[in-house]
Amino acid sequence: MGTTQVTAEPGVPFIDVTREFDAPRELIYRAHTDPELLAQWLGPRKYTMKIDRWDVRDGGAWRFVHRDAEGNEYGFHGVFHGTPSPDGIVQTFEFEGAPGHVSLESLKLEERNGRTVVHTHSVYQSMEARDAMLQGGMADGMNEGYDRLDELLARLGAPVR
Amino acid sequence: MDTDQLSAVFGALADPTRRAILARLIEGDLTVGELTAPFGVSQPAISRHLKVLEGAGLISRSRRATARLSHLEAEPLREATEWLVGYREYWDESYERLDELLAALQSDQQKGSR
Repeated sequence: MGTTQVTAEPGVPFIDVTREFDAPRELIYRAHTDPELLAQWLGPRKYTMKIDRWDVRDGGAWRFVHRDAEGNEYGFHGVFHGTPSPDGIVQTFEFEGAPGHVSLESLKLEERNGRTVVHTHSVYQSMEARDAMLQGGMADGMNEGYDRLDELLARLGAPVR
Repeated sequence: MDTDQLSAVFGALADPTRRAILARLIEGDLTVGELTAPFGVSQPAISRHLKVLEGAGLISRSRRATARLSHLEAEPLREATEWLVGYREYWDESYERLDELLAALQSDQQKGSR
């Protein structure tokens, strides 16, 4: 139903993600803060999800690990800042594959007529760190390069290895 | 693939000449001279590009008599594209799953309140 809008403006180390859900915000808040529920949706299906810690309070730590089919593990961790509530959650975020690159994420939940808009604003320490995180090609300037890369990879498909 | 390696791969791919070199190597191994011919840049310039590609693990080089042959290594590219689809798809798919979970939770709630 909703489409996920990802915005990464040039010149500022932010990523903004916006998505509308057909549910009241209390429920969406629960889905973000109850580790049993969180494990059922966060991350691509192809990864198994293990939540190590999810201590939802001011100064509480969180950590989860995604594991792919080849056994590669991708760990993420951070700390909640301020008391999380249905109004919003503020937390630090660090990909353990890039230690020291800590971003600050603010999640806001806005309910309108039983539907809720979830908006996440992420602030990175540098443009390089932001772009390394993005790398997905959704930033406009990068698209052309990645389109060409896609073509290259499409051609690469079978022959090698 | 660790993050430094990933950065090296993306750094290497950020240049159109280097992407063109990779595209040509799909057809088979080539010498620096053969790679230089179509590009209208100097051989040392191509050599520098090859060094970057080699550093990123995207090509390997071997010797054939006096010539050095460049060989495409596809694996880092594959791994990089797995990461490439990363951020946006990650959230797209997560949020689709959240839609399903929210729908299930709400239908449970309705049943419970009856």
